[in-house]
Amino acid sequence: MARTALRGRLTWQLAELVEIVAETPRVKTIVFDVPGWPGHRAGQHVDVRLTAEDGYQAERSYSIASAPDGTRVALTVQRLKDGEVSPYLTDELRPGDKIELRGPIGGYFVWEPAEGGPLMLVAGGSGIVPLMAMIRTRAAAGDDTETRLLYSSRSQDDVIYRDELERLSGNGLTVVHALTDSQPPGWTSYARRVDAEMLAEVAPSPAKQPRFYACGPTPFVEAVTGGLVRLGHDPLAIKTERFGPTGR
Amino acid sequence: MDELMLDGNAIAGLLQEVFAVEMTTAIGTCGRCGAAGPVGAVHVYRGAGIVLRCPHCDNTLAKIVKNDSRVWIDFRGIQTLEVAI
Repeated sequence: MARTALRGRLTWQLAELVEIVAETPRVKTIVFDVPGWPGHRAGQHVDVRLTAEDGYQAERSYSIASAPDGTRVALTVQRLKDGEVSPYLTDELRPGDKIELRGPIGGYFVWEPAEGGPLMLVAGGSGIVPLMAMIRTRAAAGDDTETRLLYSSRSQDDVIYRDELERLSGNGLTVVHALTDSQPPGWTSYARRVDAEMLAEVAPSPAKQPRFYACGPTPFVEAVTGGLVRLGHDPLAIKTERFGPTGR
Repeated sequence: MDELMLDGNAIAGLLQEVFAVEMTTAIGTCGRCGAAGPVGAVHVYRGAGIVLRCPHCDNTLAKIVKNDSRVWIDFRGIQTLEVAI
């Protein structure tokens, strides 16, 4: 497609991998330099396109993990078994390699400090990624919007951004972990899946009119939204990003 | 509950490719129940094509089929679409 001046027209462009960060055994952050990147808002994503030698193309969406930072864009990718795109991104790409991407995309599942709070973020597994962009954007702006993150992972080793979340806690940010499958010795936080009782304990009350962002596998997001509505929260204040049965 | 259900966010890139504006914040009104809400919040199912359903009444809002060079959109379930320009 030719470049056009039409506002919002998306174009594929080449992005160069500049850095790889291992986050957990199955998750890596890959940082790209994207020439002419116009900046993005926390919660937006990019589409990534891979083309095989025979011309076959595969396209996937990945949430942006980083706060706006010039032409650098970080994606955090979970390697899916039998995945068509994620194993290439996490295992094959090396610094200096280029891939095609387009973005930033989306305007609904976004948050900026000016929108205020209180903010309640609920993440299941790699659903933390767009919510981390919100937390990083908030921190980079020196914003102190009351923010609570309820983050469900299988085990402590599967917690993405664990150290950074601990470092950013305070100044209005509270992080609560739930570990569903296994817990380290002495674990005192939640050791089960997110349910309505847990949401009632962690989320601000409906009277405070919190804004919700929930991201994770579809069954996780369904459990969260169902629980929140039963607790009396406004369905219109709950924004969701479901990524299907297995993650992406 | 269908584990394959996604949100309007999931097809934001495709919609922007077609309409050349950000579409997940556009407000769609369901042709059956009349509920109005952002496109980013509709339910999306991906198979051979893409089906958009009303999150309130499950009405089929739109069906989208794409190949390498064209997109076909059946919009009959949507009453109105309000887009910022």
